[in-house]
Formats: sequence, structure tokens, C-alpha cells
Amino acid sequence: MRQFALSLVLIFAAGWASAFEAEEVARFGPADSDRELRIISTADIAFFEPMITSFLATALSTSIEYTVVSSSELQKAIVDEGEAFDVAVSSAMDLQTKLANDGWAQRFTPAATSALPDWAVWNDMLFAFTQEPAAIVVSKSGLGDLPVPDSRNDLINLLRQHPDLFRGRVGTYDVRQSGLGYLFATQDTRASEIYWRLTEVMGALDAQLYCCSSDMIDAVKSGELLIAYNVLGSYAINREDRDEFAIILPSDFTTVMLRTALIPSNAPSSDLAALFLDHLMTRSHGQDAQLLTNPALVLSQNEAALNRIRIGPGLLVFLDQLKKRAFLSEWESAILQK
Amino acid sequence: MSTPVAHGSIRRRLLLSLLASAAVLAIVVYFVVQSVARQVAQESQDNVLTASALSILDSARLSGGEISIDLPYSALSMLDSISDERVFYAIRLEDEFLSGYADLPEPTGDPNGTSSFLSTTFLGEDVRVVLVKRRMSTDTGRSFLKVSVAQTLSGQKQALARISRTSMGIGAGFFLVSVLLAALISRSTIRPLDRLTGSVSRRGPKDLRPVAAPVPSEMVPLVASLNSFMRRLQQSLMRSEDFIAEAAHRVRTPLAVVRTKAEVAQRKSDDPETRKALREMIRAIDDSSRTAGQLLDHAMVTFRLDHLAREDVSLHRLVQDTVERMRPTSELKDVTLEATEVETAVIKGDPILVQNALHNLLDNAVKYSPSGAEIHVALTIADDGAKISVQDTGPGFQTDELDALPKRFARGANTQDIVGSGLGLTIAKEVVEAHGGTLHITNNPGGGACVSLLFPSS
Repeated sequence: MRQFALSLVLIFAAGWASAFEAEEVARFGPADSDRELRIISTADIAFFEPMITSFLATALSTSIEYTVVSSSELQKAIVDEGEAFDVAVSSAMDLQTKLANDGWAQRFTPAATSALPDWAVWNDMLFAFTQEPAAIVVSKSGLGDLPVPDSRNDLINLLRQHPDLFRGRVGTYDVRQSGLGYLFATQDTRASEIYWRLTEVMGALDAQLYCCSSDMIDAVKSGELLIAYNVLGSYAINREDRDEFAIILPSDFTTVMLRTALIPSNAPSSDLAALFLDHLMTRSHGQDAQLLTNPALVLSQNEAALNRIRIGPGLLVFLDQLKKRAFLSEWESAILQK
Repeated sequence: MSTPVAHGSIRRRLLLSLLASAAVLAIVVYFVVQSVARQVAQESQDNVLTASALSILDSARLSGGEISIDLPYSALSMLDSISDERVFYAIRLEDEFLSGYADLPEPTGDPNGTSSFLSTTFLGEDVRVVLVKRRMSTDTGRSFLKVSVAQTLSGQKQALARISRTSMGIGAGFFLVSVLLAALISRSTIRPLDRLTGSVSRRGPKDLRPVAAPVPSEMVPLVASLNSFMRRLQQSLMRSEDFIAEAAHRVRTPLAVVRTKAEVAQRKSDDPETRKALREMIRAIDDSSRTAGQLLDHAMVTFRLDHLAREDVSLHRLVQDTVERMRPTSELKDVTLEATEVETAVIKGDPILVQNALHNLLDNAVKYSPSGAEIHVALTIADDGAKISVQDTGPGFQTDELDALPKRFARGANTQDIVGSGLGLTIAKEVVEAHGGTLHITNNPGGGACVSLLFPSS
């Protein structure tokens, strides 16, 4: 796998010339390649690498520069700074939709269009290639004999019954920091009022707030947390140590995020980007799909409870500044309880 | 008869005008359907946009003198429900921008109306914008809260393309059906004319009866004029036939008297010059009287042809009778006249006419044959009817005259010194044709003429 990665450079924000903050930059493929594809992405390198290596195996004399950023930095890089990237991949569906809606994406028709499900393409601009559920990750050992909660109601009851056990040991996204956390939270409120009850309960238990799913999983693993709510199930299942914790897809409803890719309107190599997207979509959908997420995470067993977030202008609603301000203040009052 | 000069065609003109109007209508249908559908599509898009904008407007609340807006999720998601659309919105309090897309153009329309619309371009794509507003009381007084919502037109464009194809199809289908109908209509319109033409042209040469079949009112004047023309023609024909018959009759009697007198005078006269002159006179009188006789015959034939009898005619008996009756004349001229082969045949027709026809043929044969010649009459049965043929060993016909001879008063070039009217073959031809048969004139291979009458088997 790693033979393609000639250099894996970790560059931290301070060392980066541009104003947007890159968490990591990696290069794949031969150093003397004829063409280079620049991908800006919110996905961890390890998560996305199989897609890159499989693409490079089919494309001759091509290299890929892969820049990992947070979703808000991705927005900043493309909109504010006009950075020339060929593909933008993000888990923040709302921000991706806003990019496309506001004209920052090129239209493109994938070769496999007819084979793609309806929910996977929006306006020939946004292309969804994963389905990643928001899961409850529970520390098996930390929970001891207590029942593993199956739904939000179970979780609320569990938390209420054992406040001393869970105080300070439940975690969730800090939706003010994390675009994905905000997306999960807002979609939860659309699906059910129970989100607010759960948030209040978690707030009462002095919930810990995190920027990212991996941090939450690490915290569960380390025993810092017993339960993490709205963790990206795909990250949890892709870990080698996945057996140490229970990954629960709530049976009442499971919010499913679609990771999406788009070709920015200023992409320097849009043809190459189109090739890459073709590869991405063909490999991610249909019978022979080789998913980026571990196949142990089976979504289909609970199809009725799946709340697949629909790509579309509805996602713009919670990006509205008035709406966002109102939501955040409500959320803060629920979780911080000051 | 000269063929009339054809100038245009009613059917073609009718067809072309029907097709032209169908084409015009098809195009009109295409545009009407398209424009109506376009309007409907535009209206439905406007309705959805208005609903979206109103739902945003309705979510505005006053709390503590401040306006708070809880943007409904459905307000924007509904715009994307049928086709993927880019959606933009702007919320303004009077001119103060509150949220959304600050640059979104605002329709300026009827300031009092509930909603106004604008088609424009925003962020590189054609959009439709709606503006709705509501009066709100805030700390600073009463002011308008204005919500604009815009949507790209990809769904509408798809719908319009579909509508355009559909209306094209409707137009083309309409035209095709019209072509079919036009063909049928023009054919059925022209049919009475065809029928009239057919009924007139199917008539026999002597049939001058008025057209009695019903015709469309537009053709009544034409048919009336045609009928009146035929009536006048018939009257005129009858008058002239009557006149000829009358004249012939009147001439014949005095001629007979003159001939008798001339014969008596010839017998009494000893002066060879006078006798010669009288002989020539008698000959001329014979000629005239024969012509008059044949004219009478012809008038009789014409009359009988108009009212053709349909009785059984025994041709074999008729042939033998006629030959016997002709025999004195032939013997006088030393011409052998024989009915050589007579089979039995019966046809439907007028025996007097048939006999007259045969008599004329035999008369001609005897008249134009030199002394010592032979005339053979035969009645034979062929597949297609009974055939009476008269063969002689005379001079025969000149081949270039064969077609012209049966015409009235036409005479062969080699008949100058023989008394004749030129009506004999005409009569025979008219008779045999009235019976549905044909007259054939040929020359025998070994010399002499052959005239045959072919009567179809009844």
C-alpha cells in the first residue's frame, strides 16, 4: 500500500504558507509524474488512502497531493482564498452543499450515472461515496454489567439511573467547533425532540465536548469516557481495536452522513478530477463496491431506522446565520447548563 | 374532338389548401400548447417559490422588539424536491440585510401586491426570484420584513424541453391525421364529379338521355346545362335525320318516274347520241335513287338503333335468306354468290337491322366485283361469338383506306365509275357495334376483299 506514498509529509499549521490551516499533507505516486491531482479533504489519510492507491494503480504517471483540513478550513480554502484544488472531499454535507449551491463546484456527469442511487448525486455537482452513520460508542469494559443501550431512550434511562457513574464520562461533539457535529445535531433535532432531552441529560452529567470522532473514540478507549454520542461509526469500525468498544446504531433512528466530493470551479486539472470521481463513484456504489468503511458496519440490517441525510438546499437552512445562532444558543443552554 | 385544356385540379387544390391549413394549425397548436405549458410551468414554479418564501415570512417572530426568524427546513428543501435545484434566499428588514445571500437581486414589482417575481441571473445561473413581505412592528416603528427566495431553472428547463417535445409530437400527430383526413375529404368531394364523368363517358355514342342520377347541389347547374345541351343536340340530330329521310323519300318517287320516262324515251329513240345521253341519265338517276334509298336505310337504322330490339335472331336463316334475295342482282352481273359454310347461330338483336347490314355488305360485294367474280358468304362459330364473313374475288381495298371506309360517305379510291353512296359500310358498322360486336375489313391474301361481322355470343 505504502509503496505509492513516496513521501508522507506532516506539515502543521505553522509551517503552511497559506492562510487556511492544513492538518496534514501527503503525496502519493511517482515524484516525476506528468500530472498531479490536488485533493483537499476532511477525511483522515488512513481512511481515504485505499481510494487513492487504487486510483493510482489505474492512472499512469499521476501523483496525488492530499491535504487534510477541517471542514470549515476547506470552506475557507476554496471560497475565501480561491486555492486551486481539483477535488474537494468533505463529511460536512451542509458546507459541501453550500459550496455547490453557491457556484463553487463544476457540473460533471459520472460515467456510472445510471448505476448510482438517487441520493448519491445532487445537481451533477455533489457526489456521495460513503454512508457513515452517527453511532453511540460505548466502552464495553467500563459499562460492566449494565445493559448496552440500544436507542436514545435506553441511553437516557441508563444515564439517569446511574448519574454518578457517568458524570463527566459522557462525551459528544462540540457543535460550535465541528461542522460534522453540528450537522449530526441539527439532523437529530429534525428527526426527533428526543435529541434535546438527551442533550439536557448529558449536559446535567457534565458532558465532555470534542472536536473530532477519533478523539472521542480514543477517550472511550482510554477509559476517560464511558459513552460517546454521535461518533462517526465508520471511524470507529475502521480501527484495529474496534472490539474494545460497542458501536451502536440507535434503533430509534440512525443519522447517516454521506461523505461527498465535488470538483471546484477553479480546478486546474478538472479532466483528471473527473477521472478520479469516476473511479471514486464506481468503487463506492453497486454490486462490486469496495467500501472505504469496514464491511463489519452493516447498515442494511436496520434500513427502516436509517435517516440518510438528503443532499439539497434544506441543508442550507441550518447554515443560516440567524438559524445557527439560535440553534447554538439553545444547544449551549442545554449542554452547558450555565 | 379536341381534349379540353386542363388548368389545375380541384382535388389537388383542395388537398393543398387542406394541407396548408392543417400545417398552419399544427404550428399554431405547437406554439399554443407550448406557451400554455410554459405558462403553467412558470406559474407552478412561482407558486412553489411563493410558498417557500411565505413559510419563511411566517416563521418571523417578534421577541422583545427584536425580530427572530426560525427558518423552516422545508422552506428550502421543498424547492429541491422534484429536481436538483440551487436555492438562494435573502431576508431583509426594509433595506437592512438580515440573513441569506446579501447580493440576491430583489424583484421590484407591484409594491402593493403580495408577491412579485423576477427572472435574472445569480451566481452564474438563470434563476427565478420571488419577493414577499409583511409589515412588522419593531422598536424602531413599523417596517416591512422582506423575504426573497430564488431557485435555478434546471427542473423547469427539463420540463420545458419535455413539453416542447410533447407539443412537437402533438403538432406532428395533428398534421398527420389532417393529411389523412385531407386525402379522404378531397377524394370524397371529387367523387360526384368522377361519377358524373364515368356515367357520361360510359354512354353509347347515340345515348343522349339526360343525366338522372342525383348530384350535389353545386353540380346541379352544370348537369342541368349538360342535360339541356344534350336535349338540344338530340332534337337537332332528330330534326336533321328526319329532314334527310323526308328529303330522300321525296326525291326517290320523282326519280322513279323520271327513270321510267327516260327508259321509254331511250327505247323509242333511234338517235344513238340521244340514247347514249339517256343511258347516262338513267345511270345518274340510279345513282341518286340508290343514295336516297341508302339514306332512308340509314335513317331507319339510326331510329331502330335508338330503340334496339332484343329478340332471337337466327343468323343461319338470315344469312341464307339474304343471300337468296341478293342472288337475282348477282346473276344479273354474272357474279357467283354462294353461302359456302353456314353453321347454326342465334343471337339477341334486331333481325331487320342485321339483315340490312348483311345486305349492304353483299350489295357492296356484288357492286364492286367484276363479272365472273365469286362471292363467298360464311357463318362460323368462334369462341367469342358468331362471325359472318363476306369474301369476294374483286379488286379488294386499298390498304391505306381500311380504317376510313366505314365512315359516312367515305368511298374507296377505286370506285369512281360505280354507283354508290358510301353509306353501306357505315350502316353495317353501326349495326354490329350496336349489338356489341365489331366489323373487320381486310384483304384476302389471294386478292379480293373480306368484310366480317363479329357478333358476340349472347
